[in-house]
Amino acid sequence: MSWKKLLIPALAIPIVALLAYGLTRDPNIVESPLPGRPAFEFSSQTLDGEDLGLSDLKGKVVVLNFWASWCVACIDEHRVFIEAERYYADREFQMLGVVYQDEAPNARRWMERMGGDWPSLVDPASRIAIDYGVYGVPETYFIGKDGLIAHKQIGPVNSMLMKQLVDSLLAAPVTGEPSATSSAAGTEAGGS
Amino acid sequence: MSELGRNRSTWLALSGLLLLTAAAPALQGAAQEPAVAEARVDDPVLEAQVRELASKLRCPTCRALSVEDSPSGMAQEMRVLIREQLKSGKTPAEVEAYFVERYGEWILLKPTASGFNWTVWLLPVLMLAGGLFFVFLTARRWVEQGQARAAHLDGEEREI
Repeated sequence: MSWKKLLIPALAIPIVALLAYGLTRDPNIVESPLPGRPAFEFSSQTLDGEDLGLSDLKGKVVVLNFWASWCVACIDEHRVFIEAERYYADREFQMLGVVYQDEAPNARRWMERMGGDWPSLVDPASRIAIDYGVYGVPETYFIGKDGLIAHKQIGPVNSMLMKQLVDSLLAAPVTGEPSATSSAAGTEAGGS
Repeated sequence: MSELGRNRSTWLALSGLLLLTAAAPALQGAAQEPAVAEARVDDPVLEAQVRELASKLRCPTCRALSVEDSPSGMAQEMRVLIREQLKSGKTPAEVEAYFVERYGEWILLKPTASGFNWTVWLLPVLMLAGGLFFVFLTARRWVEQGQARAAHLDGEEREI
């Protein structure tokens, strides 16, 4: 076989392989660089008007959920969070919401209607969302007792994922002081 | 109901549906209004830097648009943040690094020329070079075939 006959498959095979690799991947799944890194510190006001920061939750497994009242997929995962809040009530576990691109009164009404006693922070300039590299809602970050981001979930959280991740984070030994990096964006959000 | 009444109801329902469809983006936009208004500053150099940087970054919510071109609330707030960071003395490279640190290289509309990304930059050049080489080889073969045919015809003419 001459080199000319080999040339076409030699060029075509890598290109087809590259296209096949690209086409078989879900374009909505974007790899986040944050898992494994310290969670960014932030503080803001809750929907009830209280000040709360991530540093206040030191030593706890924090499930940080970005949500909005206009987000349909957020309805699906909300019952998972309600179940988790009950199931881990006596453990070092804290659900924490951050309202994304929404008005506080709408978010407050939504929480009242849907239930759940955990705090949700307002994020007026989306500084917390930008600091955490949020693409849209719902997005959830699982932060370990050591202050490291263990997992980022794009899209709704299901019961199995929630239990698997929170159980493993609660069981994980804390090697040092919990840490959180300070935000370059200055995530000190104001009130609603 | 008469035929006329039924037709009128159908038209009213269709018109309502059409209006709702047309108003849907506006309603969605209203729900996602950014909490911080974008106040441009009277500094052309700074504003040019903001525009240049924002046009390099991908809007996280729209994805196909840059932060500069996107009308979404998130893009608007990202432009506010870029402006604030530049005003605080950060260089454009530092501001870009801030976004890459949080979103990964995905946030850059133009991927950096390193590692696997080289395929994005080199593949079009290689394909173009390959195409030109193929055209060159084909053209040379045609010329050679033409010359051979001409020579053959010349020989036949001489024989005649």
